[in-house]
Amino acid sequence: MRLRALLAITSLVAGLAATPACAERLIVSVSNHRVTVTPNYSGGELVLFGSVEKDDKTPPNRGNYDLVVTVSGPRADMVTRRKERKFGIWINTDSRQFLQVPGYLALFSNRPFDQIASPEVQRRQQLGLNNVLLMQRVGPDFADVVPNDPFRSAFVRLRSEHGLYREATSAVTFLTPTLFRTGIPLPAEVPIGTYNVEIKLFSEGALVTKTETAFEIVKVGFEQFVATTARQNGLVYGLVTAFMALMTGWMASIVFRKD
Amino acid sequence: MQLYLPIADIPVNVFLILAMGAAVGFVSGMFGIGGGFLMTPLLIFVGIAPAVAVASVASHIAASSFSGAISYWRRRAIDPLLAAVLLVGGTLGTTLGVWTFTFLRSLGQLDLMIALSYVILLTTVGGLMFWEGLRAMLRSRGGGPVTLRKPGSHGWIHGLPLKLRFKRSKIYLSVIPVVAIGLIIGFIGAVMGIGGGFILVPLMIYVLRVPTSTVIGTSMVLTLVTMVFATMLHAVTNHLVDAVLALILMIGGVTGAQFGARAGQKIRGEHLRLLLGLLVLAVGIRFAVELVIRPQDLFSIRETGGAPP
Repeated sequence: MRLRALLAITSLVAGLAATPACAERLIVSVSNHRVTVTPNYSGGELVLFGSVEKDDKTPPNRGNYDLVVTVSGPRADMVTRRKERKFGIWINTDSRQFLQVPGYLALFSNRPFDQIASPEVQRRQQLGLNNVLLMQRVGPDFADVVPNDPFRSAFVRLRSEHGLYREATSAVTFLTPTLFRTGIPLPAEVPIGTYNVEIKLFSEGALVTKTETAFEIVKVGFEQFVATTARQNGLVYGLVTAFMALMTGWMASIVFRKD
Repeated sequence: MQLYLPIADIPVNVFLILAMGAAVGFVSGMFGIGGGFLMTPLLIFVGIAPAVAVASVASHIAASSFSGAISYWRRRAIDPLLAAVLLVGGTLGTTLGVWTFTFLRSLGQLDLMIALSYVILLTTVGGLMFWEGLRAMLRSRGGGPVTLRKPGSHGWIHGLPLKLRFKRSKIYLSVIPVVAIGLIIGFIGAVMGIGGGFILVPLMIYVLRVPTSTVIGTSMVLTLVTMVFATMLHAVTNHLVDAVLALILMIGGVTGAQFGARAGQKIRGEHLRLLLGLLVLAVGIRFAVELVIRPQDLFSIRETGGAPP
């Protein structure tokens, strides 16, 4: 039963792909599918290349393509807190929980979003940091809020200050009318994990087609080993650290022994 | 030379941290204290998260107090029984402290509590030390005898039951205040990332009337055990101990302490106390200012849960 349903869906998808609505195809590749970050890594850049493949069903006069690239890193729950002055001192009072939001988020396009599509399409296709869905726990509900909500804007601003959230509306360049490239900057603080890259092709304000690719960021080296051990084997880690402390103290008492 | 700290999650300059360790070590050697109350704030001021600073400094203090305890042990300046009784309270206090630490962290108020307890503790203790040092200096200048303890005077502390004879220290004392002091030191040590020597030593001298010959050595044993214990608990419950950071601090600290100890012998006792009081007071005020002025950014973000598998 389940198999048949699956088959039905597969044939449906295949049928959709074959319809003339998807006359263009996107072919993309990132310069590196597995980025290894070493302890002295101070940031780097990946390059995404791609081309728009037309076929005989493409309307012949179609040429002005717009492209939006969304890169989203591993998701996690985060809390944004606000300080307020109470009894003369500044303390954390209010907070807002962000649920499963990307640790890294970058939106690139070849021209400003409002020139690519109408506000309605921008919102539906989540174009721009203001339109990306950032799920929050608002009281008993789960929802995103208006872009100028103080917590949401502070969240986006703080992430942007660390280079973890970014938006660049001139980052995608068309080398020829159908060949494009964009750089994906990865700052030193990039979280490790799988990154999804979604590429959406627009023409005359409407979504034509989209495709996805992914890359992975892994941290290697002694520091990463330490961090993993601390998290997974707390007891062993604590014992080793305590032992290290005692050894250092003992060594010092030998080296600097006066009598 | 930049080095990435795995737990603190920030790159730091190794020489800066080494120099900080050495400077604090120098001060701690000079005054015969652990120096945690200086080390933790310094780390916070260079941008390390207060929680990580507190947990990592615990292991740093363990190292410096172990090297101190060894040399005091050689000189037979440790009272083992007194240390053992203090430790009963100390381990209990540390457990409570780490538990409180975890609880406050979940509330999002840990940084505030660390800052507030520093302000209260440091300004009070610093102010008292400064005042006491100043009075002693004035008295000695006026030609009067400098007396720290009045021999033979017994307070209510000495009327408590469950008395025990501490042979090495030559005192006969109830275990209740001893355990209580251990508990307090263990608790604040775990919450604030300090060894507590600068509070413990005065408490032992003025309240318990432990003779100066055994006071520092014995207090170091308590510091050592509570800090090793705190390191373990912080590592197991909060995963916040940065071993790389701790190692750099230890190396700087134990080296600086040796030079500090030599410098300390050249300064007169009351001057030393006055200086220490000023230092403690200054750190306390620095924290107070931090709390009162408007922060640069009212918002902060913290990750609460990892990505699902």
